[in-house]
Amino acid sequence: MIKSIKTWILVGFASLLLVACGQSGGGAGSKKSKTLENTKKAGFVKCGVSQGLPGFSNADASGNWTGIDVDVCRAVAAAVLGDADKVKYTPLSAKERFTALTSGEIDVLARNTTWTLSRDADIGLTFVGVNFYDGQGFMVRKNSGINSVSDFKNGISACTNTGTTTELNMRDFFNSKNISYEPIAFEKADEVVQAYDAGRCDTYTTDKSGLAAQRTKMSNPDEHKVLPETISKEPLGPVVRQGDAVWEDIVRWSLNTMIEAEEYGINSSNASSLKDSENPAIKRLVGSEGELGAAFGLDNEWSLRIIEQVGNYGESYKKHIADTGILPNRGPNQLWTKGGILYVPPAR
Amino acid sequence: MNLKNFKIDLKNKKRLIPQVLTISFIIFVIAYFSYNAQINMGNRGISFGYGFLSQEASFDITFSMIDYDGSYSYGRAFLVGLLNTLLVSIIGIILCTVLGVTIGIGRLSQNYLIAKAAEWYVEIFRNIPLLLQIFFWYYGALRLLPLPENAISFSDISYLTIKGWYVPKFIWTNFSIFLSSVVVSIFAIFYVFNYAKKQREEIGKHVPAGFISLGIIIILPMITFLVGGVSLNFQYPELNQLSDTVYNFKGGVSIIPELISLALALSMYTATFVAENVRAGIEGVGKGQKEAAASIGLTRGQILKLVVMPQALRIIIPPTTNQYLNLTKNSSLAAAIAYPDIVLVFAGTALMQTGRAIEIISITMGTYLFLSLTISVLMNSYNKKMAIKEK
Ligand SMILES: N[C@@H](CCC(=O)N[C@@H](CS)C(=O)NCC(=O)O)C(=O)O
Repeated sequence: MIKSIKTWILVGFASLLLVACGQSGGGAGSKKSKTLENTKKAGFVKCGVSQGLPGFSNADASGNWTGIDVDVCRAVAAAVLGDADKVKYTPLSAKERFTALTSGEIDVLARNTTWTLSRDADIGLTFVGVNFYDGQGFMVRKNSGINSVSDFKNGISACTNTGTTTELNMRDFFNSKNISYEPIAFEKADEVVQAYDAGRCDTYTTDKSGLAAQRTKMSNPDEHKVLPETISKEPLGPVVRQGDAVWEDIVRWSLNTMIEAEEYGINSSNASSLKDSENPAIKRLVGSEGELGAAFGLDNEWSLRIIEQVGNYGESYKKHIADTGILPNRGPNQLWTKGGILYVPPAR
Repeated sequence: MNLKNFKIDLKNKKRLIPQVLTISFIIFVIAYFSYNAQINMGNRGISFGYGFLSQEASFDITFSMIDYDGSYSYGRAFLVGLLNTLLVSIIGIILCTVLGVTIGIGRLSQNYLIAKAAEWYVEIFRNIPLLLQIFFWYYGALRLLPLPENAISFSDISYLTIKGWYVPKFIWTNFSIFLSSVVVSIFAIFYVFNYAKKQREEIGKHVPAGFISLGIIIILPMITFLVGGVSLNFQYPELNQLSDTVYNFKGGVSIIPELISLALALSMYTATFVAENVRAGIEGVGKGQKEAAASIGLTRGQILKLVVMPQALRIIIPPTTNQYLNLTKNSSLAAAIAYPDIVLVFAGTALMQTGRAIEIISITMGTYLFLSLTISVLMNSYNKKMAIKEK
């Protein structure tokens, strides 16, 4: 209820805001960014995250958020405000996330959100890139005797989150296999975990990264396993509101900076010493050549701050996903130069 | 004559002007806001319209009373959610009335134990927030139920498990004939009651309408079984193995735990308020009435039924209507435990998948408004019937 009240309030807010802003929204083409101005005025980046997904966005006991999604917001804060810690986090359920963004409660949504056509084109959102290539999978109890999705039989009950791509893929999958199933969709991830853990459902389905992360929350993680099949493409990435092209670029290139920095071997400890590197691409990334920041009204050290304060993509992945044991292997989330599919346009 | 009328009109007009002004102002504000909202939604690339209702929903729903799967439209999904809201509300209203009346009367019992127990019930369940009670039933009580392979069995026809309560499925042949016999019985019963009333009022004769009605409702449908070709078979739930350790029940009907916990929590919570209304209603009937009734030799039961209740009902109904409305609105807490009511299915999943926030929320609010008004109207007309009729 608390959540649904929140959604309603957000919707109310959305409509009010739509009204209040009048026709003054920063249109495409103008160099001015309302969101950037407001962020500078407020002194923090308004960032929407999950309600707790280890490795991606998760708060510790004292309320400090960490994770690779969180690092996207930290990168934006470092670029725009000069301090990666100047972020205000708003935990959101899958159901609430887009309303929170379109209503202006948050300015960046970094919450394991799948980039799809209808989300990008239809509801006033813009995806700026991909910070984790994922796919949907299934978790079952190890002793269940289910070793692959072909062991699923009619009548199986599957738990997942409501308002997700997962909910839709699940249907496509079971339909294509001609299996009747009982779908149970909860609003919060913790509720799904609890329901599956207690035996309300036989399988838990979501993004594989989510499965790996949520498994750590189970009462006995070793009793569960993730089936080998991947049933969908889930490119997860940060999202902004449509209509503020400058802000969109800032978020996009903050993420790109982290990935390209890894490509050129620039990390949080060596970045400033690379200012007089031989390689012009490196020099551009650490701000000693070119005037890239000016393109979106920032100084020239914006990308250096990102690398120094947040680190490159590899550092972020290692710290939050690999070292925590969630997904030690980078899989497709490896640089294109090393056999993965991380490939970002050049910063120049 | 004409002149007089004109004067009155003028007077009315004076009173009308501020009202017309207020209404035009409100219309202007709404129009202004909608216009602005539309422009701004346009600017942000958000389109507005109800066309999405006929698009394929492409998500499935746990529990539906009509045919539904993801290939149906969002409009159909709305209907599924609405029916689920109605289902849990109706179950809740029936249970809370039975429970509330029992407890309300119990509180006035001369038996100390019963009165105290009823009082404790009210104090406890009224003071614990409803959401917590829903969580208690769902995450506390029902999650402790066994897995299907260890189900609690009721003489092997019904099973209680963590996945739900499995009951036999009714398989009818010629159900429509049976249904018509029930409808006919109900009409017959109405007639009997009217007749009994007439007899009592006109010639003072007592007709045992209750017994006759009971007879009708049992015998008439029975006859359809014997000669009408109606038959009823039960399909019993059967344990079904899906894999080494995964079981469920096949056949039968599954009443999902989400529905059970929500109905239990809603009715037990609302029953406390109904009980208080009932108590207040009964206490509100003058003592003299009861004493007078006793002095003409009516029994305690008769006093309650014939003298106290008809008067008490007038006190009980209006606040109880409110409680029914509350119960219906509170059923939206369903979303917290994945019961697919209108808020979860439509204002939740459908909203999220389509992004049509303003459209969906407006439809949902309109629906609740409609439900509330309907309940109010029904209860008001009942209340009117109950009101003292001056003869
Ligand atoms: N990527 C999918 C699913 C995202 C999702 O919500 N996943 C769940 C399960 S991993 C989650 O992150 N829950 C965390 C929370 O509710 O805070 C989408 O964008 O629709």
